[in-house]
Amino acid sequence: MANIKSAFFSALLTLFLGVSVMGLQLESAGIKLGVQVADSHTFWYLGLAALLVFGVQLFRDKLPRLRSDPEKRFEWPEVFKGEQRQRMWMALVIILMLMFPFVSSRGWIDIATLVLIYVMLGLGLNIVVGLAGLLDLGYVGFYAVGAYSYALLHQYLGFSFWEALPLAGGMAALFGFLLGFPVLRLRGDYLAIVTLGFGEIIRLMLNNLTELTGGPNGIGGIPKPTFFGLELSRRVDEGWGTLHEFFGFSYSPVHKVIYLYLLAFLLVLLTLYVIRRFIRMPIGRSWEALREDDIACRSLGLSPTWVKLSAFTLGASFAGFAGSFFAARQGFISPNSFAFIESAIILAIVVLGGMGSQLGVILAAIAMILLPELAREFNEYRMLLFGLMMVVMMVWRPQGLLPMKRPQRRLDTTRLASASTGEASNVK
Amino acid sequence: MSESLLYFFQQVINGLTVGSTYALIAIGYTMVYGIIGMINFAHGEIYMIGTYVTFIVVTALASMGIEFLPVVLVTALAISMLVAGSYGYAIERVAYRPVRGSKRLIALISAIGMSIFLQNYMRLAQGPRDLAMPGLISGGWDLSGEGPLALSLSYMQAIIFIATLVSMGALTWFISRSRTGRACRACAQDQGMTSLLGINTNKVIAITFVIGAMLAAVAGFLLGLYYGVVNPMIGFIAGLKAFTAAVLGGIGSIPGAMLGGLILGVTENMTAAYFSTEYKDVVAFTLLCLILLFKPSGILGKPEVEKI
Repeated sequence: MANIKSAFFSALLTLFLGVSVMGLQLESAGIKLGVQVADSHTFWYLGLAALLVFGVQLFRDKLPRLRSDPEKRFEWPEVFKGEQRQRMWMALVIILMLMFPFVSSRGWIDIATLVLIYVMLGLGLNIVVGLAGLLDLGYVGFYAVGAYSYALLHQYLGFSFWEALPLAGGMAALFGFLLGFPVLRLRGDYLAIVTLGFGEIIRLMLNNLTELTGGPNGIGGIPKPTFFGLELSRRVDEGWGTLHEFFGFSYSPVHKVIYLYLLAFLLVLLTLYVIRRFIRMPIGRSWEALREDDIACRSLGLSPTWVKLSAFTLGASFAGFAGSFFAARQGFISPNSFAFIESAIILAIVVLGGMGSQLGVILAAIAMILLPELAREFNEYRMLLFGLMMVVMMVWRPQGLLPMKRPQRRLDTTRLASASTGEASNVK
Repeated sequence: MSESLLYFFQQVINGLTVGSTYALIAIGYTMVYGIIGMINFAHGEIYMIGTYVTFIVVTALASMGIEFLPVVLVTALAISMLVAGSYGYAIERVAYRPVRGSKRLIALISAIGMSIFLQNYMRLAQGPRDLAMPGLISGGWDLSGEGPLALSLSYMQAIIFIATLVSMGALTWFISRSRTGRACRACAQDQGMTSLLGINTNKVIAITFVIGAMLAAVAGFLLGLYYGVVNPMIGFIAGLKAFTAAVLGGIGSIPGAMLGGLILGVTENMTAAYFSTEYKDVVAFTLLCLILLFKPSGILGKPEVEKI
């Protein structure tokens, strides 16, 4: 009976929330504002939603609980177990990825390159959010720093991509260091807001420093990376010449796309390798230890500021690398590419994949970037679903789809309980 | 009075106008933070919803031929508060209650997800573009001086001051005198103890969210009429600024939020007036970073002691 009442209330609330915002459609009519009753579809959908809520609330007790059991872990099938086998699988995946551009179409290679950029960003943010447990909402700021570093170094000093790449990473790391140094002493949720503010400041500065960055018009004409000094274009006026002339094969514009893809893949492999090493090093262990228990770490002599700062700086540097690659790939950048929503997408990738888990992040990046490309008609709903997914994941499975595995041991609670009752009876 | 002094006072008035609405939004942040210790990231979106509902109601009334100003204003305010309050309640129920008690990071990500969801929900419901509404209330008082640099207080600004004062007075009365207000304060001090004393803490928390949302709706109503423009993204920046105000005054403290809002509003307006409008938004964030660095507890906040 109590359920009927609450179900009725929930359904009514749903209906009210929907109708109040969607029932009347505002539209500009000249300088005045007009209003129109929404079409009947909207009301049908709202009614349907209310009915659904009613049903769910009514049978709430009979439905399986939404929150998944954090103890229950994903078990790999036997084929993927063991170090030897895992290495073989990894080699297979790498070979397939290397072969992919030669058997695929230009459009697909382009999408794959984009996915790889997001994989890199996701892996970088995973250090900060997943491993160190610092919520960084301004990650896109470092991405922007990387992209603009390359663009500006090229524009003013004539740097090539390869010369600018390490500098762009270093620049982003420097920004991360400078921002992190003061703010990392703050508690978690303050940090989130400060980094969010930082991301916005970077974007606003890029927009407003018109003389330096071109403001909202952005910077164009950023050259693509070269292959050991050889350019991948039809012809060049100076320099070493072009790749197809040097090796004597005919020119095709697809080569450039393939080259960019392979480069992105290489960068991702490098990122993956470096981060994997870091996780196994003492520094990586202390990131996770700090995430789990701040106070225990301090009493064990770890300096929280330095540990956090290292994670923050390192994460930022990967965003810098990804940024300069992004600038090279697009050939044109403007502050619009670095809005908060990008940070949110990268965060969504990390959250969906399972915080701390590298494989999870990679799969999530593929899913998050590929699905909207495949379902263009749902593009409008993309961000809506991203937001919804973040909420649902936090309620249903906060550890992510493919959480990080850690060897762990738990106290045997049954034995502990019997021991304590035994003690109690002794006292009696 | 000299012209530059007049200009200065005009900027103070303009700053206080905007600042008082920041304060209204900031109260929502500070109350929720005080009671469950989380940042309600979607609070700016509630403000945005309040503005949209105000626009819808005013336009709908106009199309029905009702243009008697007090009726229009009161109806719009009441409906937008009702809708925003319901949204506040629903958000708490859907996105925050299930994750209450888990780690801070988890609640925060859930809140950010909610914020993104609401932004895009509104974008789909009412379109992504700016919608402009002609001003309802025009005119004002000339306080001093003449010509373009005269010191004036528009009727709209006066309404904003009065509405803010009334809402804050009502809130202060509610928190300090009413039974529910006492329960709210008790909950903020010790939730476990409060529930042992027979108070439904879930209900108290829900009420806190509803009150915060209603105040945000008042701010949405006022700023909506003041600026006359709305788009689905206004909640993001307004939310950040209100949060800055809350931190500036000391998060968790209601008078602090009011003070912080006013200070931020004036500072921002002064920057726009004397330095550059483009850097107006940068100022708020820089201010936020500076307070967090040098006085994280804010002006009126109590320093947080970490207990093991």
